[in-house]
Amino acid sequence: MGGLNSLSISEARDKLRAGEITSVELTQACLAAAEEAAALNAVVHPTPDLALEQARAADARLAEGEAPAMCGIPVGIKDLFCTEGVPSQAASGILADFKPTYESTVTSRLFEAGAVMTGKLNMDEFAMGSSTETSVYGNTVNPWKAGDTELTPGGSSGGSAAAVAADLCLAATGTDTGGSIRQPAAFAGITGVKPTYGRVSRWGIIAFASSLDQAGPMTKTVRDAAIMLEAMSGHDPKDSTSADIPVPDFETMLTGEIRGKTVGIPKEYRMDGMPEAIDELWASGRSMLEDAGATLVDISLPHTKYALPAYYVVAPAEASSNLARYDGVRYGLRATLASGDDVTAMYEKTRAEGFGDEVKRRVMIGTYVLSAGFYDAYYNHARKVRALIKKDFEDAFADDIDAILTPATPSAAFPLGQKFNDPVKMYLNDVFTVTVNLAGLPGISVPAGLDPDGLPLGLQLIGKPWEEGELLDFALAIEDRAGFVAKPEKWW
Amino acid sequence: MSIDHNDARRVAKLARIQVDEEDLPALASEFNAILGFIEQLREVDVQDVEPMTSVTPMRLKRREDRIAGGGIAGKVLANAPDAREGYFVVPKVVE
Repeated sequence: MGGLNSLSISEARDKLRAGEITSVELTQACLAAAEEAAALNAVVHPTPDLALEQARAADARLAEGEAPAMCGIPVGIKDLFCTEGVPSQAASGILADFKPTYESTVTSRLFEAGAVMTGKLNMDEFAMGSSTETSVYGNTVNPWKAGDTELTPGGSSGGSAAAVAADLCLAATGTDTGGSIRQPAAFAGITGVKPTYGRVSRWGIIAFASSLDQAGPMTKTVRDAAIMLEAMSGHDPKDSTSADIPVPDFETMLTGEIRGKTVGIPKEYRMDGMPEAIDELWASGRSMLEDAGATLVDISLPHTKYALPAYYVVAPAEASSNLARYDGVRYGLRATLASGDDVTAMYEKTRAEGFGDEVKRRVMIGTYVLSAGFYDAYYNHARKVRALIKKDFEDAFADDIDAILTPATPSAAFPLGQKFNDPVKMYLNDVFTVTVNLAGLPGISVPAGLDPDGLPLGLQLIGKPWEEGELLDFALAIEDRAGFVAKPEKWW
Repeated sequence: MSIDHNDARRVAKLARIQVDEEDLPALASEFNAILGFIEQLREVDVQDVEPMTSVTPMRLKRREDRIAGGGIAGKVLANAPDAREGYFVVPKVVE
């Protein structure tokens, strides 16, 4: 049996409330586990002093009774979230030494609910990547291994996925622009939710592509995802795209009851050359939902094929605009200048030195597709294709489909270094997840089986806008039937 | 559409990222690989389709046009690479 750090949020919450354990004990177990796990390189800025201070405060609050579910729960925070007085670098050299003087809305909400932050977690630089290999801190290693080969935990929220899978914290925040929560969750055998666009405030989260970015929970169970999602959600006047609609009590809603509901199986997600294990996983997911009383229907989402290319116009375009702020003036790095260097030289040298190759590549692609003469041909064209992708989903839901089942990823976790030098191949990792961001829908990745090498595989469920509660029920139906309890063997 | 090293130089300049002359051909070929992938979008008939502008159908909230907050110059400047006397400092801009 594992230590306290291997508890789920709901288990820990019950023990904390019953007075069986304290948040300080729980936090110390997580901090000790993280300290032993340097080989994973998942935690890049540990915050043990802050964590213990928050844990003591949580224990005091628990002693008074009526504490929220997240009270005293140790969580890891992706480096993309601004945390006051704690380094927040988006895993980029250009934000070296940046310590925000403010707290992101999501972390503020979590802290108000009594959550404990154990540290900042590794990721791809500015969330641009699918393997955590573009990080200025170096890559994270997946706690799962195939033989002796070191694997990627996926990305961009790879540090979050590895930290949760290795029990370095009970849960973590992630962000998802094209699959950055769901793909690493699948690669690490955990649950990850990308909420409906607008459900969770983006304020204080370092921006990548603002019309696609959405933060969400990465947890050990579906129940934990419900608990943490509720704590993260809600209207925020500081994010103009945040929705002013009530946040349901997701945990109370959670029953796993999906009898009489209809699940769509999109034929376009059956890819040539898809590994047999993924096909089998998808088939077993269909059986599980049928067993739970749902009706399965074949559906068509005709523009699926164009989602990735549309994404690789829209996301870089928005990134080129968002990342224009890194100019060496207001925060972060300024390159050493030669005498006589003017302000333009300062910008160009600072950005050349501070950004990694993938970020430069995307900023320049974005600059190109927005430049005079190409704006209509690329950017506007991609936005029209995006409208068609969104309409595909609207048509399916109008046809009485309640949720859509797909594989989460086209493969299990792959070896580090394998795709690093081929951007387009790396991009293909997001082929099943990116449609959801383009359409602004909620999606969840839930672990559902192991491949022949013993690596975890995830299924994705896609829901209707604002119906995360219903979506979590579908995920719970899978979780209950998949019986996924495998954990990586500790080698680190 | 194919990008050569001159286009790559122009894009790098627009993006304000210094790229050494000898790295331009490799950069151009990376752009071509990515743009080649994007080219598939041409197959899609987008006649009479409006470009998507907002993800969820909602009207942006209005607020009263008055100053809220402020008076935190110290916090604003706290992370500046160079700040003096309440200002950001940059290389000389005006001769």
